[in-house]
Amino acid sequence: MLKNRIIPCLDVKNGRVVKGIKFVDLKDAGDPVEQAKIYSDNGADEICFLDITASNENRETIYEVVEKTSKKCFVPLTVGGGVRSVDDINKLLNCGADKVSINTAAVQDSKVVEDSSRKFGSQCIVVAIDAKRKDDRWEIFTHGGRNPTGINALEFASKMEKCGAGELLVTSMDKDGTQSGYDIELMQKISSMVNIPVIASGGVGTLDHLVDGIKSGASAVLAASIFHYGTYSVKEAKQYLASKDIPVRI
Amino acid sequence: MDVTIVDYKSGNISSVINSFKEVAKDKVKIEVTSDLDKIKYSDKVVLPGQGSFKNCIDGLNSINGLIDTLSEFALNNKKPLLGICVGLQMFADVGYEEVETKGLGWISGKVSKIDNQNGKFKLPHIGWNQINIIKDSKIFKDIDSNSHMYFVHSYEFVPQDNSVITATTDYSSNIVCAVEKQNIFGCQFHPEKSDKTGLKIINNFINL
Repeated sequence: MLKNRIIPCLDVKNGRVVKGIKFVDLKDAGDPVEQAKIYSDNGADEICFLDITASNENRETIYEVVEKTSKKCFVPLTVGGGVRSVDDINKLLNCGADKVSINTAAVQDSKVVEDSSRKFGSQCIVVAIDAKRKDDRWEIFTHGGRNPTGINALEFASKMEKCGAGELLVTSMDKDGTQSGYDIELMQKISSMVNIPVIASGGVGTLDHLVDGIKSGASAVLAASIFHYGTYSVKEAKQYLASKDIPVRI
Repeated sequence: MDVTIVDYKSGNISSVINSFKEVAKDKVKIEVTSDLDKIKYSDKVVLPGQGSFKNCIDGLNSINGLIDTLSEFALNNKKPLLGICVGLQMFADVGYEEVETKGLGWISGKVSKIDNQNGKFKLPHIGWNQINIIKDSKIFKDIDSNSHMYFVHSYEFVPQDNSVITATTDYSSNIVCAVEKQNIFGCQFHPEKSDKTGLKIINNFINL
């Protein structure tokens, strides 16, 4: 039976983890490689790096991070943030990323998704959708949630599936950072509409939120803060899900 | 001993390279090449594959003499060869991804789309699934049935002769996820991404 995945996400800036696990015994708390290794040893089903490096001159740092991590972690590694072109995707994959997530570039030009999924296979193309509730619908935002687009998230999700995306990483901007749980309605609507796996993101504060995320129809749940701040370990999260009869890999 | 990972510019093989190097340490030399002579004289060959069936076959064909060299290695010289994901699928006679494409024909059968039962099952089949070992295989030494492996694919290999199947996984139906025919081995899942259990399979292959 296919298991539901738990994916811890690390924010990386200029090659350093900015929001990471606060373990006292870490030699270097800012080292993404070391943190990724802890997560994978703890049973993480995948690792996600979100590169939030702002300046262009430091954008190269992520490549080195990915290269080092992929030599130490033998679970899938997804990398996103600032991915603009097929060329960027190629570079990340060559450094050892298994999947690349595309956000702004996919909205600006869906051809990036079409071309890259044809070239590298759908399995490594994740489209990240940042959505915000607006009346009775959801609008997608780009540039790390800064720019409104007027585009309906549900329509966009469907379009990305047709363009060849292998998975959708859906983040609720209303919920992100609130620790009040995923936007369940959004996750339900999108996962029942598309035939590709959906990764729920944004808002996890408790282990019950992870349970709700899976019950909404998502194939995987992504969380940052609860793992970063050591509230729960990935292992504890999995044991909790298993106790609620949700199939996980233990 | 030399283990060669065939680099035919199709898909992303860095994870395969990293995992084999991790397992091999300094004991075994891992070559990554499309050089026909190196392939010919190596002890074992790994055939990775990502992207579509057609893309991978086209990739093999784009290197003059590569398919002949691989066939000689696996069929005539009977040296161990491991196909991973589309690398396994290419053993078939024919694949139906994008367009009908002729495969290597090493293990009779076809590669067709997983039946998603009218949308009941999401495709690609992505994530960790348990393998059901139905027949002893040398690469499954010390691997328990029901071990979790990482999968990512939408197409499945359907062999003509069921006796080549060594493991299946349950997703919409029983999907063939490992095969063995004499010296030819294949995994539909990704041992290179399946954590310690996956590395053990790689180790078993290297130590054949």
